Order: sequence, then structure tokens, then C-alpha cells
Amino acid sequence: MELLLKNAVLADANGERLGDLWLRDGLIAEVGPDLVRPGQIVDLRGKKILPGLVDLHVHLREPGQEGKETIATGTAAAARGGFTTICAMPNTTPSIDTPLLVELVKLKARDQGWVEVLPLGTITKGGAGREIAELGLMARAGAVAFSDDGAWVQDARIAHNAFRYAAQWDLLLVSHPEDSALSAGGEMNAGSLADRLGLKGADPVAEVAAVERDIVLAKATGCRLHLTHLSTAGAVDAVRRAKERGVKVTADVTPHHLLLTEAECEGYNTLAKVNPPLRRREDCQALLAGLLDGTIDAVATDHAPHQDFEKKTTFAAAPAGIAGLEIAWPLLYANLVKTGRLPLATLIEKLTDGPRRILGRSPLTLAAGEQADLTVIDPASQGGVNPADFVGKSRNTPFSGWRLAGLPVLTIVRGRVVMHNGRVGAEPAVLPVAQVG
Amino acid sequence: MTWGKDLLTLEGLDADELWEILKRGQYYRERLDRGEKAGTELRGWTVANLFFEPSTRTRMSFELAAQYLGAHVINFADQGSSLAKGESLLDTVWNIEAMAVDCLVIRHDTSGAVKLVADNVAAAVVNAGEGRHEHPTQGLLDLLTIWRHKGRIEGLKVAIVGDVLHSRVARSNIWGLTKLGARVVVCGPATMLPDPGDWPVTVETDLGRALEGADCINVLRIQKERQEQGLFPSAREYFTFWGIEQNRLNRDLLLLHPGPMNRGVEISGRAAEGPNSAILDQVTNGVAVRMAVLSLVKERGGH
Repeated sequence: MELLLKNAVLADANGERLGDLWLRDGLIAEVGPDLVRPGQIVDLRGKKILPGLVDLHVHLREPGQEGKETIATGTAAAARGGFTTICAMPNTTPSIDTPLLVELVKLKARDQGWVEVLPLGTITKGGAGREIAELGLMARAGAVAFSDDGAWVQDARIAHNAFRYAAQWDLLLVSHPEDSALSAGGEMNAGSLADRLGLKGADPVAEVAAVERDIVLAKATGCRLHLTHLSTAGAVDAVRRAKERGVKVTADVTPHHLLLTEAECEGYNTLAKVNPPLRRREDCQALLAGLLDGTIDAVATDHAPHQDFEKKTTFAAAPAGIAGLEIAWPLLYANLVKTGRLPLATLIEKLTDGPRRILGRSPLTLAAGEQADLTVIDPASQGGVNPADFVGKSRNTPFSGWRLAGLPVLTIVRGRVVMHNGRVGAEPAVLPVAQVG
Repeated sequence: MTWGKDLLTLEGLDADELWEILKRGQYYRERLDRGEKAGTELRGWTVANLFFEPSTRTRMSFELAAQYLGAHVINFADQGSSLAKGESLLDTVWNIEAMAVDCLVIRHDTSGAVKLVADNVAAAVVNAGEGRHEHPTQGLLDLLTIWRHKGRIEGLKVAIVGDVLHSRVARSNIWGLTKLGARVVVCGPATMLPDPGDWPVTVETDLGRALEGADCINVLRIQKERQEQGLFPSAREYFTFWGIEQNRLNRDLLLLHPGPMNRGVEISGRAAEGPNSAILDQVTNGVAVRMAVLSLVKERGGH
């Protein structure tokens, strides 16, 4: 399969320039002006080609919770959102805590996935926080990192052992920083709104204290630590200070923590129930500042699909989570880039090279010899969030009606087109000959 | 008039709407005092009391209020029947509504549960207390009691003392009292007080200061489990700093308690039965105010 992408703007860490890409055998075979090569020709005038987007934090729900999402539907959602690579969180049923289960996720993803799936394993067996899981064997089987996501390794002694153990092979631990003794079953951000609604509050100190402990352990052990879905100004501040002291720590933030506040919970809106909870305006501002100054290395969706009926209940009973894969890029493009609050180059960095570096991979540039994982966006396009359009199984988003812009129009994984103009499917069915857009 | 088919909160009512209910409640209180319990306002109407959390006095109060006005009344107390079989709250409610029920009176242990039901049924819904959010008919009966004893509400200072953070009674009192022009101070240990934000209340940990110039004190129940959660150290310490004893009460201070009382924890027996106490009067007003609410709900087109 050969594909010649013509007349696009190439946008990567080296900046923007005009050029053609010739894709062959899953690689970028050649880059240059006015290329004439065999293969299907796609005219991408007015579009931008980016290195494929990477999402560090996705819940595919398979095995065990296939009513919410599967590897097939979750990777379709990723393809529609312009992601070529996603990290699969291991808190499935059962948890991914043995090499065999890591193999299972890889096999299913290879068989049914539309995009590249990188499995994580749990830090502790069953994610239960008591005994260290088989980190070495899982790494050998292909786990790219380890996380008890959904929970924090609450016991400091076990966490200390996990950090020391992981450090011997330079493995990456991904922490969901929440001291559950402090958050104490909180349903939304603690404070006057929670108190008025009569909902249990999760205090920001539960996140800050967890971040600080993890940083202490990372510094002491030399373990690579990634803190996911930061939500508080205090946590951003803690990571900034740790980086200044040279601790090997990285962090990500979700689109919803950047754009939404606790006010979304008014009226007991269960679509706004998420963990960590939506916080306040000043936290959103601190998170954006952290992205801009490099304290926060990546944007990740924490794509957490749930079925409609599960969210149609009381705030306390509703599961926490937001389905984010399909709208993350155009949502941030419309509401941060086009509003002048975040440079486009920074957004690209936080969804491409940023997460790749966290995973210990080299940055992907649009150059000959690189793997042909590409996301093509249309900077002129606009739209709105309509959950009915989602191709994933679940539609739980508080962003209905929000503006979208710069929509992904092509997702190319290893040289194969898996999404065109929002339609996910196997080429050539999705790809019109000679013209796109 | 803005309230629709339901009565969910006092936060959602304006002063005129509150006064309409209170005046109707006053009318029914006078009828009760004359022994008139054979009303016909709700004849042909069916009220279902759905109590997903244990309650004696509120359920009986709603039941009698409906009966005194001639309604059919059925009671559902969830002893783990349908919900234990995995049926969702909405499915349970839809099934009961389908039995030609006109009004659902709901008590639930979860904030927002009554609104969830109201948003998804055609029947009228009355909040009989949900989670730690609101208990509007308790708020109304407290307002009626204060009004009947003090002759006014505007300009009064009311102290709400105890576990304000976890109290739905406190929230309904705060909204109702402040909308009618009273000043509210909430008082208790710091671990049991809300973050006031832009709420129109003063927060005070010192009981003496909270009671300075107060016209009324509403004493909240202290639950033993709050001690286990580490929110206060002992009943003895709580009573020392925030307990209500008769000698703390000025002659004109009106004493309220929503019940059930823990004598010796938040209130002494002498105070509860003393000259300041309107506690049993509150209970009678509770029936009257619920008669008012049910009759108004029916007039508003609740079937």
C-alpha cells in the first residue's frame, strides 16, 4: 500500500512547512516538494499533517466491562479523535496484572483495534494495593508502564517497595494521586458548592498530599514517576518544584480539568461527575499555566466510558468518568488555541512528543524513515459536540454543544487510513480516490 | 408563582411562595386545633409515601396530613425489597406511579435523588428529606412555628447549632429564613460547619457569640457516627461547648429541635421540656404545613 499526501502543511517539533509525504510499507518513505510517486494520491491543500496523536490515559473496559466499551469500539473512538496510539489502563475485570493478560490485550488490539494500543499493567496484584504485581514479566510481555489507576497505592510502605522494584529496570509508574483517606468518598470538589448541594466533598489536599508523597518516593528511589490527571493548583506547584530539584517526574492534564469547573455539577449533573473532580477557575488557570511553562508534559483524556443508564441515577450512585477520546483535539483547538490561550505548537507537543517522551520513546517527526502514524487536521473546519455522533459505545460527556474546530479529517496508522472525515473503517472504503475534504 | 408540580427545595421558592404556604399552614393549624380532621380537599387523590430511608415522624406526619384532607394514602418503606433485587430507583418509582398515583412523597438518603425522580415522572413530587441536601417541609414547619411564636420572621436572628454540614434541616432553614428576611448564624465544631461561600449566613464556632441577641435557636441532632468519623471527640466535650442547657437560654429565646433528640448530647432534658421549648408545637405544625403543601400541589395541577 502506497499513499502520496500532497500539498499539506507539515507541523511537528521542527515547525511548519509545506511538503508532500510518500508513505510506503508503513513508513514515511520520502518527504519533499512536488513529489511524484506511485500510489493513491490525496490532495490535502489547506490541511495540516501532524505526528499521530498519543493518549496516555484510556479506559477500553475490555475485558469485563464490554457494555461500556471494547477494544474495537474504543480504538474506533480514538481513530475518530485523531489518535494513532493509546495507552490502555489496566483496571479492567479482571485487572491486567499478569503477563498473560498483557498478551490478551495486545492480541485483541492487533486483531480488532483501529489504532496502536499500548497496554499498562497494574502496580499491585488486582490493583488492590497489597502485593506488588509481576512488573518484570509484564514489562517483558509488552506493558509500557504500570498503574493502579482508579486508586492510589495508599500504603506508603508498599508504594516505596514498588518504586524501588520498578527502578531496578527503569520502569515507569503512573500514579493516580488521590489519598483516599483524605478524599473520603468525596463525590465532587469540596467547598461551598458541595456543601450547598449536600454532596460529599473531595478536598484538593487529598491530591496535593498524594503528589508530594509520590515525589518524595521518586526522589529517594530514582524511579520514573508519571502523575496523571492533575486537577489542582497545589499539585501543579508541587510538580514544578520537584522538576526544579531534578526529580524524574512528569505529569498530564485532561481537557475537562482544563476547561470545566465544579459549577458543572449544579443540578446534580452526573455527566460532570469525574475523579478527580472538576475544581475551580483558579485551578483551571494553574493547569493551563503548567502546560505553558512545561510543568505539565502532556494532555491525556482519561477516556472513561459509561452507559447511559449508569449515569441516569443519583450523583452518589453514578460512576465517575467522562468519554473524551473523540473530541479532545478539536475541543482544545477551538477553546484554547483559537481563543489565543495556548499556542498551536504547544498543543501539538502535548499530544505527540510530550506523551512519547514520557513513554521513553523518541519524538516522531515528519521525516523519511519514520513510522507513518499521522493525524491530518483541517484548521478551517468548525463544529459542535454532539454525543449522538460518537462511534464509541458510550456518550457520557458534559461538553454537549461545545464548539469544536480544527477537526481531524484523516487518521493514518502505520501507513493505513483508519479514519476519514469522521468515518472509521478499513481503507479503501473510507478513502475517496484522489481527493480529501 | 414559580414552583411547578413539585416541592423539592426552599432554595427554589421566593418569599411570596413561602408566605402562601405558611398562611395556608396557619389556616390548617387552626382547623386542627378545632379538631377538624375530615377535610375533602384531596378526595379522589392518591398520595404514595416512598421512604427509602427509615423515618417515623415525617412519614406519619405526611400520612396524617393526606388523610385529614381525604386522600388515598399508600406507604412504601424500602426494606431492601425491590432495590435489593437490583431494581433502579427510577424503575421502582415508575412502577408505583403506574398504579394511578397522583403524588409521590419521597424520603431518600442521597442528595439529588428526589430531583432525579421529579425530572422523570408526571406525578407531583414532594421532597420529604433527601441526603444532606434539603428537607423543605421541616424548614416550613420551623418557619411556621417561629412566625406563630414571634409574630414575624423579618429582622429576627436565628442560630442553627450542631452538625450543620450534614444537615438537610439546616439547609432548608437557611434558605427559608433568609428569603423571609431573618439573619442566620450557624454554629458548631469547625469540622461540622459548611464552607459558606456566598451563602447568606454567618459561621461561628463559639456558642455564646452565636446566641448574642438571638431570637430563636434551632438545635440539630448529633449522630453518634460523627464521633466515629473523628468529627468530635466525645459527647461530653460536645455538650460542654455546644450543648443547650436551660441556663443558656434567655427568657424570650425560642427553642426548636427537629427531632429525634439525643438528650444529654446536644440538648439537656430540662431545656427540651422547659419554658423556651416549642418542640412539640413543631410537630403539630408539621402536620398543618404538610396539609398546606399537599393541597397546594394538587391545586397546581398535580393530577
